[in-house]
Amino acid sequence: MTSALPIAKMVGSNRVVLGHGIVHVAGDASLPAEEEKALRRRLVEEALDSLKAEGSAE
Amino acid sequence: MRIVHYLNQFFGGIGGEEQAGSPLRAVENAVGPGRLLEQTLGDGATVVQTLVCGDNHAVEHQEELVAAVLDHVRKAQADLFVAGPCFDAGRYGMAAGALCSAVQTEIGIPAITAMHEENPGVDLYRETLYIVDSGKNAGNMKQVVQRMAGLARKLAAGEPVGLPGEEGYLTRGLIRDQFVDKTSAERLVDMVLAKVQGEPFDTEMPVTAFEPVAKPRGVDDLSNAKVMLITDGGLVPKGNPDQIEGMAATRWGAYDISGADDLAAEDYEISHGGYDPRFVQADPDRLVPLDALRQLEKEGVVGQVHGEFLSTSGLSNPLSNTRRLGREMAEKVKREGVDAVILTST
Repeated sequence: MTSALPIAKMVGSNRVVLGHGIVHVAGDASLPAEEEKALRRRLVEEALDSLKAEGSAE
Repeated sequence: MRIVHYLNQFFGGIGGEEQAGSPLRAVENAVGPGRLLEQTLGDGATVVQTLVCGDNHAVEHQEELVAAVLDHVRKAQADLFVAGPCFDAGRYGMAAGALCSAVQTEIGIPAITAMHEENPGVDLYRETLYIVDSGKNAGNMKQVVQRMAGLARKLAAGEPVGLPGEEGYLTRGLIRDQFVDKTSAERLVDMVLAKVQGEPFDTEMPVTAFEPVAKPRGVDDLSNAKVMLITDGGLVPKGNPDQIEGMAATRWGAYDISGADDLAAEDYEISHGGYDPRFVQADPDRLVPLDALRQLEKEGVVGQVHGEFLSTSGLSNPLSNTRRLGREMAEKVKREGVDAVILTST
């Protein structure tokens, strides 16, 4: 999970989730606390999704 | 010139793979490639001692081996330490690199080895050592030893060493000041002209090439999986107990999060230059998303969150170093039965 997408691609990472900024990859200081938590949860869910094997159980 | 020479079991004449477990032994005078080295150097150069060790033994007992070899080299009052050539023998290359590097730093005499570009020893030691390009083929022994001898003479005499292409060693990735006749603009135009005319030219800034990474199979069942969090954003417990450097880090740490539902600001700090750390300092979950992952664990979406997160600082770090850090972390991940990792990177 990173906001430096070109670097992740350059080094050959094959499961990349776009983070929410260099200074808070998994957060957003400008959001109210609850919305920020929801955003973080979505990012982690996205990461977990990309870790699943193709065709594996939901 | 007094030389101590290190060889593996094969080139040291003990035997093949069946002797890979042989411990270190010291033999007076030159053996095998060492004889060729002596002849090539001439001028009173003598291999006073040959140290031979099996490849498996060397890798499995590296610390002991390094200590024993340092002891032999000191007692022999050597002026030069030579290991190999190792060609594409990986374990041999790893041992040769570790030994040359230790001799150079601990004893302060020049050390030289030779390997094929893809020997794993090259990745680890190219910045520290002059590693002569041996290619894969041991049939080129004579040519390789000639290159080693040429470089060895210069190093022993303290003479300046030329560029990798001129001397036949592998690029070290170092930047060195040099006076040249032409400005960079002129050199650039020369290069462009050579390129359009289809003539050979050497770039002064080779682009680092990355090997493609095979995509590992995904997790079949997340609800039974152990998931670990890793970051290169430099999050460390207050006081930075492992003294992880904020730039060109040489270390990483594993920090206990078992039983924690999220990471409290007062318990952590950031050791990482470059980015503005205030947002993560205010809430470390913005970098290491433990709160969200813990919630998903409670809901049964993931089986288990590993009891520690791993952290280092990913800034201005030589690749040889980051590869080592990555390898060490991967060993821990594997050892502790982790099924999947979320790595957050700044």
